[in-house]
Order: sequence, then C-alpha cells, then structure tokens
Amino acid sequence: MQQILDLYSNLGNTTWQMIVMWIIGGILIYLGIARKMEPSLLVPMGFGAILVNLPLSGAVTQVIDNVTETGPLNVLFDAGIANEVFLLLLFIGIGAMIDFTPLLSCPQMMLFGAAAQFGIFFTLSLATLFGFNLQDAASVGIIGAADGPTSIFVADYFQSRYVGAIVVAAYSYMALVPIIQPPVIRMVTTKKERCIHMKYNPRNVSKTAKIMFPICITIVAGLIAPRSVALVGFLMFGNLIRECGVLDSLSNTAQTSLANLITLMLGLTVASQMRADDFLNLQTLFILMLGLVAFIFDTIGGVLFAKILNLFLKEKLNPMIGACGISAFPMSARVITQMGLKEDPTNVLIMQATGVNVSGQIASVIAGGLILGLVPRL
Amino acid sequence: MIANFMDSLRVMGLGMLGIFSVAVVLILIMIILTKLFPAEHNDSN
Repeated sequence: MQQILDLYSNLGNTTWQMIVMWIIGGILIYLGIARKMEPSLLVPMGFGAILVNLPLSGAVTQVIDNVTETGPLNVLFDAGIANEVFLLLLFIGIGAMIDFTPLLSCPQMMLFGAAAQFGIFFTLSLATLFGFNLQDAASVGIIGAADGPTSIFVADYFQSRYVGAIVVAAYSYMALVPIIQPPVIRMVTTKKERCIHMKYNPRNVSKTAKIMFPICITIVAGLIAPRSVALVGFLMFGNLIRECGVLDSLSNTAQTSLANLITLMLGLTVASQMRADDFLNLQTLFILMLGLVAFIFDTIGGVLFAKILNLFLKEKLNPMIGACGISAFPMSARVITQMGLKEDPTNVLIMQATGVNVSGQIASVIAGGLILGLVPRL
Repeated sequence: MIANFMDSLRVMGLGMLGIFSVAVVLILIMIILTKLFPAEHNDSN
C-alpha cells in the first residue's frame, strides 16, 4: 500500500502556480488549434509550458537532493537558442521564402518599412517607465519588430529573463494583426484617405539584380550595423539560394524541412523559459500590454509617415500602406489590401502593400541590429 | 528609472535616425542595381 502511495507522492509537489501554467499552456494550444493562430509555434509552446511545469519535471534541469539533473529542454536551449544558432538557421529558411521583387521594383517603399519600426523604440522608452532596465526594455520593445526570430535573438542577446513572455507576446500579436491593425488605421485616417488610388508603375527587375541584392545588402549591413550582420547575412543567404537558380533543392529544403525542424525545436525549447517561477509575475502582464502598444505604434508610425509624405507629394499615397511596414508577412499586406477593397472595391493595393511589407522584413532585422549596437553603448 | 528613460530616448532618436539612413542607402543600392542590371525581354519580372 505504501509503495502505491509513494507512486503518487509527486502530486504533493504540485503548486497552484503550476496549475495556472497548465491553463496558460492549454490556452496556447487552443489558440493554435481552434483559432489557427501561429499553430506551428503556439502548439509546441503550449505543450512545452505544461511539460516544464510538472512537479520535478525531468524535461528541464532540476536540483533534487543537491544533485543537478540536466533536462533535455535546457540542453536544447543552451545548444540552439542561447548561442542563437536555431534562430540564424531559421533565418535562412525565411530568406528563402521571401521574394524581394515587389520591393526592388519600387525601392522607395523601403522608407515605410523604416517608419513602421517606430513602435519598437516607443515601446522601449515606455518599458523603462515600467521599471525595466534598458536591456530588458530593448528586449520588450523588439516585440514591435513583428518578427518572432528577431525578438528571440535580441532578448537572448541581452540575456533577458523574460524571453518566454516576449516570445508569447510576439507570436500572439503577429497572429492578431488582422484584429489589431484595422481599428488603429481607421483611427488615424479619414475615409477619403483610405480610398486614395495609387498608380503602380514597377521597374522590371532582372535576375542579376535579384542575385546581387542579397550580397549588397549583407555587405552594407555588415559595414553599418556589424552586430546585425549575422541576422541579415543568414536572411540574405537564404534569399541568395532562392534567387540564384542553381540551388533549387537547397532552397526548397531551407523553406520547408529546415524551417519546420527549427520551428518545432524552437517552440518546445522556448517553453523551457516558461516555468511558473519566471513567468507568473507582474512583468509578464506588462510585457503582454507593452507588446500590444508596440504593434499599435508601429501601425501609427507607418500611417503617419505616409500622411506626412502626402503633404509634399502631388500624387497622393494611400496612407494605409504605411501600416504594412511591420514584418508580419504576408498578413499585414493582406489586411491592407482587404481594407482598401472594402472602402472602394476598385482600389487594389496588393502590389504596393506587398512591397512595403517585404521592406518591413528587412527593416525589422536592421532595427534589431541597431538596438544590439546602440543599447550596450549607453 | 529616469536615467534609463533618458537613455531610452537617445536610443529612440539614434535608432530612428539610423534606420532611415540605412533605408536611404538600401534604396540607392536597389536603384543602382536595377540600373546596372536592367531587365531584358526574356528576364523574369
């Protein structure tokens, strides 16, 4: 009888905080499966949140009777995330998925990508008022990059304790772009502005230009923001194997198998940072709130920049395309295209929106690199 | 907290300035690339 009771003795180690984390894990799994919100990340993360919050879980490192038992998730975290290798490999896959043609054919769209990073820096400042130190504030602000891997990369670089909450916020809000952006855009634009038609006169782009583009961007990023060169370089390497035309097999592998494998590892491994002791605190609530602020001010930054340009331009821009400067691709471009069609069924903004959205992917990585360079200097 | 906030304002100013300056450089590169290597009729667009 005693042996049977001993079998269940671990039940007594369960705390209410662990149960709250099981519920949070369940919610993430529900959002991923039932609501299809970034399921490839939220489902593994939700499951991982339950896995690491079981009493004396062998999945994470535990100290039992003064003996340290290393958990496999911590081994994976140290091997792949702490040294940023998983994220950089994922960037090869992402680079291989991106077609920069809409941006190369309308290069000026790059300015919107820059403007829409405003939310990152605004949130960084706001986070310091909530008591975060500059490194943690930078890690929170980068949620506004709307780019999960960049968020993890920066948070990890600054060794932020809040990496779990930051990743949950980054991926949740990315999935919520269709809900977050439209009301914000309506708030800062008039119906007349939303109905503006834009001419689309793209330059033709040669294959050589597409091949040279990733090489040139890597050199420039390396010279201007050397800390971002790993991020930009791996992204651009992925794009080079896509565009060169002789590495289709590698490109397909990077886009599918490599990206899937890393995503699978990433979700579970990041969950190792979601232990109740680290996750259930006031800072997590602040981070979730500040993440939303970052997305809102990214959108406002992009839209207002387009409105400012309109003061000087003869041919007016539809300010809604400024909102696509966030990195959430292609969701943001799709949202703006649908909003344009809703306001005026003859107003097709898809190419302009896609160009801006692609520029946001480069700009978010560069913003991450700039933060890595600027914050340690202060 | 105030010192951190003041530092963060510096990061905001320098960061936005930095990102716009990089964006301008990237635009110039894209324009130069498309001029140097113009699309021919049989090139993919």
